[in-house]
Amino acid sequence: MTRETPPKLEPGDSLRRRQLLTRRKLLEDLVRTTTLALGGSLLSGCGIFSDWTLRELTQSHYLRMSPDELESVVLRIEGDVFKRYRKRPVVNVEPAETGVRYVQALDLSVCIGCGRCREGCFQENNQSRDPSIKWITMLHSEKQEIWRLHDTRAFENPPLKKDDHQYYLPLGCQQCENPSCAKACPARATWKEPDGIIVIDYNWCIGCRYCQAACPYGARKFNWRQPSIPSNDINPMMHYLGNRPRMMGVVEKCTFCIQRVRAGIEPACVAVCPVRARKFGDLNDPTSEVHFIVNEVRTIKLKEDLGTKPRFYYYFSAGLT
Amino acid sequence: MYQYLYYWLRMLRCAAIGSRRYYAWIAFLSLGVLTGALVFLHDLLEGLGGTNMTDHVSWGIGIANFVYFVGVAAGAAILVVPSYAYVREDIKEVVLLGELLAVSAVTVCLLFIATDIGRPERMWHLMPPLGILNLPSSLLAWDVVVFSGYLAMNLHIPGYLLYKKYLGEKPSWRAYMPFVFLSMAWAVSIHTVTAFLLSGMGSRAFWNTPILAPRFLISAGASGPAILIFVFKAIDRHTNLKVKDSVFEYFKYVLRVMMPINLFLLGCEFFWEFYTGSAHAISAQYLYFGVDGHASLVLWIWPAIIFNIVATAIFLIPRMRDDPRLLYTACLLTIMGIWIEKGMGLVFPGFIPNAWGEFFEYTPSLEELVLNAGVMAFGALLFTVMAKVNIAIQVGELRKEPD
Repeated sequence: MTRETPPKLEPGDSLRRRQLLTRRKLLEDLVRTTTLALGGSLLSGCGIFSDWTLRELTQSHYLRMSPDELESVVLRIEGDVFKRYRKRPVVNVEPAETGVRYVQALDLSVCIGCGRCREGCFQENNQSRDPSIKWITMLHSEKQEIWRLHDTRAFENPPLKKDDHQYYLPLGCQQCENPSCAKACPARATWKEPDGIIVIDYNWCIGCRYCQAACPYGARKFNWRQPSIPSNDINPMMHYLGNRPRMMGVVEKCTFCIQRVRAGIEPACVAVCPVRARKFGDLNDPTSEVHFIVNEVRTIKLKEDLGTKPRFYYYFSAGLT
Repeated sequence: MYQYLYYWLRMLRCAAIGSRRYYAWIAFLSLGVLTGALVFLHDLLEGLGGTNMTDHVSWGIGIANFVYFVGVAAGAAILVVPSYAYVREDIKEVVLLGELLAVSAVTVCLLFIATDIGRPERMWHLMPPLGILNLPSSLLAWDVVVFSGYLAMNLHIPGYLLYKKYLGEKPSWRAYMPFVFLSMAWAVSIHTVTAFLLSGMGSRAFWNTPILAPRFLISAGASGPAILIFVFKAIDRHTNLKVKDSVFEYFKYVLRVMMPINLFLLGCEFFWEFYTGSAHAISAQYLYFGVDGHASLVLWIWPAIIFNIVATAIFLIPRMRDDPRLLYTACLLTIMGIWIEKGMGLVFPGFIPNAWGEFFEYTPSLEELVLNAGVMAFGALLFTVMAKVNIAIQVGELRKEPD
C-alpha cells in the first residue's frame, strides 16, 4: 500500500487551494500541539513520581522478594537516586543480626533541649527539606508533667539557656515491642524486624495513615507533598528499610538509623548529642550501658499503660548521684 | 449467554433514556462527579498537600464521610429483615431498592478510601494472593473483607431477582435466600468492624470505648430510614412504582425506636467522659466545650444534638409525626444531626489534642469538600441509574420480548 504524500504548495496554486491547504495545515498543527501538550503534561505529571513505572507498580513486598528480585530492585532504586540527585548511593539490604535487641535510653536530667539530635537525624536520614519532615519532635514542659505527655509543647528553636524548671524531651519512634502501628497496617507494609527495629517498605505502603492514627507517640510522618532534598545534602549511605529517599504519599519514621546500626555504628542522634544524654545498645548484651540502665535504674516508658512496651527508655540520672 | 448480554444492553438503554427532568438530574450529578474527579486527578499528581490534614489530624472529612456512609449501607438491613424474615409483602416490593442503595453506599465508602489514601495505585497490595491482607490483626484489613463480601451479596441478590423477573421466571429459593440471611448478619458486621477500627486503638482515648459499635448501629438504624423516606417519596412521585403508605409507617416506627436509643447512648458517653473527669476526657471537652480557645467543633456538635432532640420529639409525638411537613423536617434534622455527630464529631476529636497533648485543629479545605461532594454525587448517580432500571423491570416495562 502506498501512502499518500501530503500535497505541497506550488507557486502557481490558486488562492483557494492555498487557503485550504493552510487551513488544513493549521488544523493539523493544532491537533499535534494539543496532543503533545496534553501528553507532555500528563507525562511530566507522572514524572513527579519518578518511580511511577511499571516495574515500581508491580514490585512485590520486601519480605517476599527473592534475592535476585531484591537485587534488581536495589539497582533500580540506586539508579533512580543517581538520576535525581547526581550522587551515587549504596542502598543496603543488610539483615538483622540474630539475638540482638536494640534499645535507646535518654537521660532527661541532662538533656538541654538543643535539638542537635533532631538536626543530626534530619541530615543523616535524607529527610525532606521542603516540606520539612522531622522524625524527632522536641518537647518541653514543667518538670512534674513531663512523663505523662499530656501537657507538653513542641518547640522549633532551642532555648538559649537551659530552664531549670523545665524538662526537655526529644520524642521519636519508641520502637515498641508490641507496636500498634504494625498491628494496624492493612497491607503489612510496616513490621518489627528481629533486632526490634520497626521498619516500613516505602514501596508497599498504600498511604492509608491508619498507622499514624494507631501510634500513641505521634512518631509517624506522612509525605503530604513530593519530598525534596538538595543534591548536596544527600547522604549516599542508605538502607532499603531506612533512609533512602521516600516518595510522596507514604509514611516514614525513625529506624534507629538502621543503615548505621546494622553496620555497627551508633545512630546519628546518639553520636551528635553534646551532653551524651542518649545511650544506644543491645539490651541482650549484659555488658552494655543500656542493659545496666534498663535493669538498674528507674526508667520511664511513655504511655506504658497502653501496652505498647516501648524499647525507648527515659530516665533521670540526677536522682542517682 | 447472548440473552444475558442482550439483557445488559437493554438495561443500559433503559438507563440512558428518560424524561427531561431525569436528564437534568443526571447532568447535575455528572457535573459534581466531574469536578470531584478533577480534584482527585490533581491529588494523584501533586499529593494530598491540598487538603488541610496534617500529621496531627491525619484523617479528615473523607474518613468522617466514610464512617457516615457505612451507616447508610448498613441501614439497608432495615428493609431486608422485615421483607425476608417476616415476609412483609409491602416492604418486599421496595426491598431491592434498599439493597441497591446499599450497593451505592458501599461504593461511595470505597471511593472515600480510594481518594483519601496517598497511593491509590497500590490498592492491589490489599488483594491476596498478589497482595497481602494483614489478617487477623488489622481491622482495616477486616474492613476490606467485610466490604467486598457485602458488596458482592448486595449485587448478587437484586441482580439475580431482577434477571428472573425480566425473564418472567420464578426465582429459585436456593439461589438467593442463603445470601439474604447472610447479608443481614453481614450488614451488622460492616458497621461493627468499622467501629472496631476506631475503638480498638489505645492511642485515641476518645474512640477507645466499647459503646462505639452499638452507637454506630443504632445511628445507622436512624439515618437509614430517614434517607429512605426521602428516596421513596421521590420514587413514589416521579416514577411508576407506587410505595405503599404502610412502608412509610414502618420507617416511622423504626425511627421512633432508634432515635431515643441513639440519644440515650450519647448520654451514656457524655456521663462516662465527664463524671469520671479523667485526663482522657480532654477530647470530649474539646468537642463539646472547647479548650483554651480551641473550639472549632463546638458550633457544630451542639446544633447536631439539638437537631437530634427535636427530631426525636417529632417522631415520638403522633400528631407531629403524622404531619408530612414536620415529618420531612424531622428526617432532614436526623440526617444532618447524625452526619455531624458521627462524622466530624467523632473522627476529628480523636486526633485532638495530639499525641503529646497539643492542640492542632482541622477544618476541611475547599478541595476536600469538592472531592467529597463529587464522591457523593457519584453515589447518587449510581443509585439513580440502578433504581431506574430496577423500577422498569419491577413494573414490567422492561421484560424479555416473546420469542
